[in-house]
Amino acid sequence: MIEYILGHINYWFIIAVMMVGLYTLISRTNLIKKLAGLAIFQTAVILFYVSLGKVTGGTVPIVDEAYTLYSNPLPQVLMLTAIVVGVATTALGFALVIRIKEAYNTIEEDAIFTLDQKDHE
Amino acid sequence: MNEQLTILLVVVPLMIAPITALFKSHTISWILTAIVSLTSLILSFIILFDVIDGSHVIYELGGWRPPWGIEYKIDSLNAFIALIVSAIACLSTIFAWQSVPKEINENNYGLFYAALQLCLLGLLGIALTGDIFNLFVFLEISSLSSYALISMGRSRKALTAAFSYLILGTIGATFFLIGVGFLYAASGSLNIADIATRFSTFADMQLVMTGFIFILLGLGLKAAIFPMHSWLPNAYGHAPSVVSIFLSATATKVSIYVLIRVLFDLYPVAYWQALLLPQILLVLGCVGVIYGSFRAWQQVELKRLLAFSSVAQIGYIIIGISLLNNDGITASVMHLFNHALIKATLFMGAGIILYRTNTTKLSELRGFGGSMPWTFAAIVLAGLSLIGVPGTVGFVTKWYLLSGAIAQGKWIVVVAILAGSVLAIAYVWKIVEAMYFNSKRKMVIQNVKIGDINLAKAPFSLSLALWIGAAGCLYFGLYTELPYQSAQSIATALLSSEVAP
Repeated sequence: MIEYILGHINYWFIIAVMMVGLYTLISRTNLIKKLAGLAIFQTAVILFYVSLGKVTGGTVPIVDEAYTLYSNPLPQVLMLTAIVVGVATTALGFALVIRIKEAYNTIEEDAIFTLDQKDHE
Repeated sequence: MNEQLTILLVVVPLMIAPITALFKSHTISWILTAIVSLTSLILSFIILFDVIDGSHVIYELGGWRPPWGIEYKIDSLNAFIALIVSAIACLSTIFAWQSVPKEINENNYGLFYAALQLCLLGLLGIALTGDIFNLFVFLEISSLSSYALISMGRSRKALTAAFSYLILGTIGATFFLIGVGFLYAASGSLNIADIATRFSTFADMQLVMTGFIFILLGLGLKAAIFPMHSWLPNAYGHAPSVVSIFLSATATKVSIYVLIRVLFDLYPVAYWQALLLPQILLVLGCVGVIYGSFRAWQQVELKRLLAFSSVAQIGYIIIGISLLNNDGITASVMHLFNHALIKATLFMGAGIILYRTNTTKLSELRGFGGSMPWTFAAIVLAGLSLIGVPGTVGFVTKWYLLSGAIAQGKWIVVVAILAGSVLAIAYVWKIVEAMYFNSKRKMVIQNVKIGDINLAKAPFSLSLALWIGAAGCLYFGLYTELPYQSAQSIATALLSSEVAP
């Protein structure tokens, strides 16, 4: 059991990071903190992919006669794309928060909710 | 020669969108968008007629052989979805000509149209690609641009609606990405066809099932399947008219397409039948139909009413998938097309009302039907299709859905469909009652500038787009060959992959 936990230690850390992100996203009412949670959540997925590609004792994937065992480069390449997507999402989120701040003069979710309720009446 | 056309569908909007963003003039950016959507429509037609007999068109990106490179493998389902997306894009473009200058800030014309083209590009890309990671990238391209588009709505609620859509949409996409990661860890491949052929070699791994659940949850969020629909009514209710038309007709449909791909082509049907998934989907679909219709009936604002009715219509599509027989899947695929047409028409009607009166609250539109008879005639026609009156498109799908359900002896489905139709009559009647039968009173019209003649009559381009949609509802209800043949060929292909190992 202990061996199983230690053998997959990277995945345990990744799950921890992922849950921190998801929990922040759900529990905070401040929109900026929500976005921070979202970014942490996405980062955990990036870590997950990168650690998938790691081969124990493997080297960087270069063509050389001396090395036969190397890590899988594909997940890292995929994550370059995912990082770009993540940056775009966060940037768009921040832009929306700025617009929300201008329109509502607050970035607290419950305050915005009360203002919307008032509009409704 | 046709292989090259498939990639053009993605490349044309990708090239023109940044150019469009440079222009501030409405005319130029509109013309560029019209070129893009018209080109896509023509290309998808050519491709659909190529593959409707069950053959494939294959394009390898950069000349890399699959499974290493990205491959576009077009069968009739891909081409059919691409056709729906580009046809709706054309309709929205016609509608945009007079609607956008009124609803969008004049400094943002170019950016608005560029985002619309990027959204179109993302949706077409999802429809065409045969590589599951590439699919994720396109999913995010379309989602990111739709968040931006929704936030351009006039009321400040559009901003919060876009923000909560951004949060939920990103969670959905990230879940999908985690699922793809698990599947990649098990299979070592990202090519859908390659994973499917080698599926039995790694089917026993726990990873595969975990990945499957993550992918399903992610797609469920994106497609707004019943318990995960909370972002949809706000997002479509507050978006600018053109965006409501385009997204309500295409975005959720394309996510459902991905769901169909995952369920039938990526994972073998027997694998998820063992997980009781058809039963779960059936119940979610039935509850979604009744809940969505009921909430639609409760709404007092036209666009939100239509958005909740979308939740119900997605329920019908899910029921059709869960029946797992030829009629059910034919009905689902046809309903992707029919619902896109109906909902686009209804949102165009709502857009015209908004254009002329600055409001879509039903209580403020009392007795207005007599003042704009043609617009309301089109709305009523599309509303009848939503109910499923014989002679309209809605009837055709409900007919196949019912016959599929009866063939399987699933009486609960029959009850849910009938209850959904009764509730649909109730909420469509609510619109009709407000427009025609409520005592005509003096209209209270807000936010109209002096000398503004918008109220006088519906502008030509808006009416044209509306009536193309309404005529489509009627035409495809009477002459069902094109959608029926495509859907039939798709259903046969999907179900035959079940028989093959």
